[in-house]
Amino acid sequence: MNMKKMLALLLTLVMVLSLAACGPKNNDNKTGDDASKTDVPEVQPVKIGMVTDVGGVNDQSFNQGAWEGLQDLASKNSNFEVHYLESATDADYASNIQNFLDEEYDLIICVGFMLADATREAAEANPEQNFAIVDDASIDLPNVACLMFSQEQASYLVGIVAGMMTETNNVGYVQGMVNPNMNLFGIGFISGVKSVNPEATVQQYNANNFGDPAVGSTAAVNMITNGADIIYHAAGGTGGGVINACQENGIYAIGVDSDQSHIAPETIITSAMKRVDVACQDISLAVLNNEFTGGVHQYSLENGGVGIAPTQDLLTQEVIDAVNDAMTKIAAGEVTVPTTVEECPDFTLAE
Amino acid sequence: MDKKKTLLEFFAENKFIHTILSIVIGFLVGAVFLAVMGISVSEAYGKLFQSVFSNVKSLSYCVVYATPYIATGLSVAFSFKTGVFNIGAEGQFVVGSMSACVVGILCGNLPSVVLIPLCLLAAAAAGAVWGMIVGFLKTKWGINEVLSMIMFNWIAFYLSNYIAGIPAIHSDGTAEATKNIAANARTLLPTELINSLGLCNTANWGIFLAIVMTVLVYFIIEKTTLGYELKAVGFNRSSAEYGGINVNRSILTALAISGALAGLGGALQLMGMGGRISVFSSQEGFGFAGIVVALIGVSNPLGVFIAGLFYGALTYGGGKLTLVGAPTQVVDIIVGTVVFFIAISCIFEYLKYLKRTKPPVAPPPEGGEEPGKEADA
Repeated sequence: MNMKKMLALLLTLVMVLSLAACGPKNNDNKTGDDASKTDVPEVQPVKIGMVTDVGGVNDQSFNQGAWEGLQDLASKNSNFEVHYLESATDADYASNIQNFLDEEYDLIICVGFMLADATREAAEANPEQNFAIVDDASIDLPNVACLMFSQEQASYLVGIVAGMMTETNNVGYVQGMVNPNMNLFGIGFISGVKSVNPEATVQQYNANNFGDPAVGSTAAVNMITNGADIIYHAAGGTGGGVINACQENGIYAIGVDSDQSHIAPETIITSAMKRVDVACQDISLAVLNNEFTGGVHQYSLENGGVGIAPTQDLLTQEVIDAVNDAMTKIAAGEVTVPTTVEECPDFTLAE
Repeated sequence: MDKKKTLLEFFAENKFIHTILSIVIGFLVGAVFLAVMGISVSEAYGKLFQSVFSNVKSLSYCVVYATPYIATGLSVAFSFKTGVFNIGAEGQFVVGSMSACVVGILCGNLPSVVLIPLCLLAAAAAGAVWGMIVGFLKTKWGINEVLSMIMFNWIAFYLSNYIAGIPAIHSDGTAEATKNIAANARTLLPTELINSLGLCNTANWGIFLAIVMTVLVYFIIEKTTLGYELKAVGFNRSSAEYGGINVNRSILTALAISGALAGLGGALQLMGMGGRISVFSSQEGFGFAGIVVALIGVSNPLGVFIAGLFYGALTYGGGKLTLVGAPTQVVDIIVGTVVFFIAISCIFEYLKYLKRTKPPVAPPPEGGEEPGKEADA
């Protein structure tokens, strides 16, 4: 009886499998999500594939920003077909890139510097394939566009906010990791604070981790104990702990990457914005128009690649004016925000 | 003759049918969720199966993904057989892979013949030690192993991140990861073979080692005095002690072997697919997946091997679900449902018991000889 039962079950399974096997055929005809939008039959849609880092597509940070940018693009322009693959571990990067290669995507966007090695390897092996990588400038290949952001400019703007808003003349800064790219956040922020409030103290802390809110919280509490009344973070998930601690202690925090004010509207006075969405749309359009070029693509205040969040309800008019003034001056080249540790001796984390 | 019978017995065992049934239910529940989300079930499952079975390359990817799960699955299954619950496979996996990584970076000049066994040995030793510390705490002071293992998972996590930050180990580039281990330490198949068979780039020898481990675990549990003692402790600690078995030593041995298996899993993943270890921001979950694999494989080494392949295929195929607009979490729903129904398999047994006891008229002596049932199937 058991054998009979098992046979019946196996047959059911085979049926399920064969049913499922019919799936891909429909799939090919409909070309995924965007089937209804492809109203121009003779134009082959440009296929954009995005590989996330281990943060996943809902990380409330650059992965999410990039994906929202691409979705937005696809909804407005039917020539695009956009898809993403999530990476669960460090070892997934190469296989996810490989998947897009196998399915002949026109552009593969790798989000985050953690994918640099995997991207370089794939780009060297497939010189005809276009790649873009967010936040990494170490790959010097004609088929890789490095999407870099002038994060020091955005940080400079929120530095002005912090420098003007602080009542204790004491602000805090938590960084996720020390490397030249991350240091730009701190250098910009401190320069911004000092530009409007040379007397202010900036407490600095390197959490050495992007994913541990507990570490961020402890660091923020220490800073608050030492007198800080506004804290800026550039520390991904660790920054969530910073924001929590600020909220609990009733002081202000400044968000990073995207407009984070929805996390704690009374606490987060503004955010330094890094428009990963703008950059991803930009490079995708370049592929569509056959204008793709490799090398570093710098996204700055000038081309709208970075900026300050629109949430500014808690700022005084005086502060907003100062920020707008700095913005025009930076974009016009009248003010240059430092990018190296030498130009900003107050930044101490790099030592 | 005798072997044939045991194989037949295995396939005819109720547990096997429960597992298949649970898997079918898992897919059905997943289908319900897909339908609720407004995603075409046939399209999503079509993508899932197409990603797994469409060509040699994707099949080889599934095997590569499955290799570490088989190892951690064996580790947890081994602990189940011996009456301890190794929830610490995660930590043992991490210390194992980090040990192999350190050896693979620092001794990179050694030839493969020496270096690969050395890495494996380091990983197994580290995993075994990690398991034995917990075993020691349990046997010496009676500290619950589940509690200390969960804590040891985090100790391993932060230890690994600390080691990854040491300059001699940390990547020279911008990546927040270790250096790549030496090419000599990688277990990748030769490039010519990969190209001629059309395998994936990371196809490696690991699966063969996983087969060896499966056979070894089966052999230890079923064919040795040690295995008999460990099982006896697992069945009934007091009677095992009464029977003259040193229970404390058995627990230590069981956790050491279990830890070594998980540690080896870490090495297989690193030397095969990974090549480096990143600074973790969250636990990668290979050890926890091992619990799932052990449950699906009903703690039988061969079952665990198959369950590991199943889980690897689901992980790889499920990752591609986003291409048809379905979230990858569908796979988690499927796996969760499967485990749930396997865990409540006692209900099936109970129902069967009810069915058997109800009809008062002459129940058949052995299940399976009802002539009426034969016809309608």
